[in-house]
Amino acid sequence: MLSEKSLAKIARERAKYPADQARSALLAALRITQEEQGYLSDAVMEYVADLLGIPAIQVYEAATFYSMYDLKPVGRHKLCVCGSVSCFLNGSDAVLQHLSERLGVDPGETTADGLFTLQEVECLGACKDAPMLQVGDHYYENLTPESLDALLAKLRGGSDDVR
Amino acid sequence: MFVNGVTLQNRGLPDSHRLSVYAGTGGYGALRKVLLDPMAPDQIISEIKKSALRGRGGAGFPTGLKWSFMPKGVTGTKYLLCNADEGEPGTCKDRDIMRYEPHRLIEGMIIGAYAMGASAGYIFIRGEFVEPIHIVEAALEEAYAKGYLGQNILGTDFSFDLYVYRGAGAYICGEETALMEALEGKKGQPRFKPPFPASYGLYGRPTTINNVETFASVPDIITRGGDWFLKLGKPNNGGTKIFSVTGQVQKPGNYEVPMGLPFRDLLAMAGGLRPGRQLKAVIPGGTSTAMVAGAAMMEVTMDYDSISKAGSALGAGSVIIMDDSVCIVKTVERIARFYMHESCGQCTPCREGMGWLWRVMHRLENGQGREEDLQLLLDVGSRIEGRTICALADGGVAPVVSSIRLFREEYEYHIQHKRCLISMGVA
Repeated sequence: MLSEKSLAKIARERAKYPADQARSALLAALRITQEEQGYLSDAVMEYVADLLGIPAIQVYEAATFYSMYDLKPVGRHKLCVCGSVSCFLNGSDAVLQHLSERLGVDPGETTADGLFTLQEVECLGACKDAPMLQVGDHYYENLTPESLDALLAKLRGGSDDVR
Repeated sequence: MFVNGVTLQNRGLPDSHRLSVYAGTGGYGALRKVLLDPMAPDQIISEIKKSALRGRGGAGFPTGLKWSFMPKGVTGTKYLLCNADEGEPGTCKDRDIMRYEPHRLIEGMIIGAYAMGASAGYIFIRGEFVEPIHIVEAALEEAYAKGYLGQNILGTDFSFDLYVYRGAGAYICGEETALMEALEGKKGQPRFKPPFPASYGLYGRPTTINNVETFASVPDIITRGGDWFLKLGKPNNGGTKIFSVTGQVQKPGNYEVPMGLPFRDLLAMAGGLRPGRQLKAVIPGGTSTAMVAGAAMMEVTMDYDSISKAGSALGAGSVIIMDDSVCIVKTVERIARFYMHESCGQCTPCREGMGWLWRVMHRLENGQGREEDLQLLLDVGSRIEGRTICALADGGVAPVVSSIRLFREEYEYHIQHKRCLISMGVA
């Protein structure tokens, strides 16, 4: 189910922990799996359980507890807009509204072309550069309507590394 | 004024995250001193005690004392963990230490591991911090290549392995025992204490855990002495501290200043308020600490004891500034949403109570408040506080209760007029 590359990554994570603590590699295994598969289906989670030799229930527990796992398909780019207090005090509601209007979706929804999922999330720890959002591995800070439009244009241009 | 700071002193240098740059400013000199000079583990711990370094993650527990709790003479692995799960709203300092000074953190951990006899360690970084994760991982590789990590460090019989662990999105993992659960691959739900981590921590082994900024303070304490660090600050509040000043200031940022700096000076460093604005309220230590009225805050100095006297807490040093354009009810509603979202669900008063607080705050904000709602919020709050395993719920109650105490008339206006006293200029 997983590529050799992903399996090698999981093996490297597994090696960080004592021999009898395979479960410690679970969060990393789920992340690596999600990066390849797009989201964590039941079948994928059972595969991860077998891979680490742990019960499937332990995989479901972790996958449903942590916010970075997607249990349903999401858009190619997930726009995670921080709405916690420092961002809120600096206009995060306007950021969310701007993106919602530009994309024609409400927070929590995915555009019809499958390109974008818009989400409001809690504090991402970049409070001094509010308002901000995260897309994939990258933070975008001190957002303005202009920088948001530029970001959407770049993401639509198809580059995964838009920095 | 002590300008350069301690934990972020190299921030202004190009490539400050590289080992060569860190070494060029004396980096890893403290490690050489303790291993080659050498310094006995007890000497290190007494130097940390002398410095009055207190935990920079929020609780402010004396670091040297914590280190002395680690049992001696046990067989098997002892662990050293770094809490880099920075997630308290308003807090963004550990991210910058990891981006600009990863080796200072790593050196502090190696010295701590030597002092406590730990042979393995993990830096638990929140999963969203991908850039800092890559920087710290690269720094670990550099440190291994130089022989500062791994077997027989600097040719001694001391060995220590250090790894990055990536979180997966949960504020509660900043609670130390929830972090250990997450590291074991479980849901991040806090454990009952006692037993404390020093006797039963990761995998049930003796474990010590400190915040990023705490570890990053250690190398200079060893090099320059505990007295030097203590004198940077004030008694019982040693050293410098990074304050993340955010919200409605002209130059939000991380300011590393001596403990005991007057708040008004910190505010001035952050560019002051926006033109024509008055200071309304400050949350001095992150959203889990009580709100302080602006006028009272102007008399406070930035240290554990002074902020505690003002009825709040220094917390993680996350100073959230609100000016007179802010609706307190709307702001506290937003803060309450955070705690509802982040409650791990283990303790009933928190799981139910955080949602209850938010729902009442939400109806107040949306013109559906009832006369009895303020008393209801206070009652619910008093039935949550002290009745949960960890401090998350108390942290969720603090902003609600403190803001009602300070700005009751604003809440009452919402109830009586079904709308806000202040039309917020931030939306």
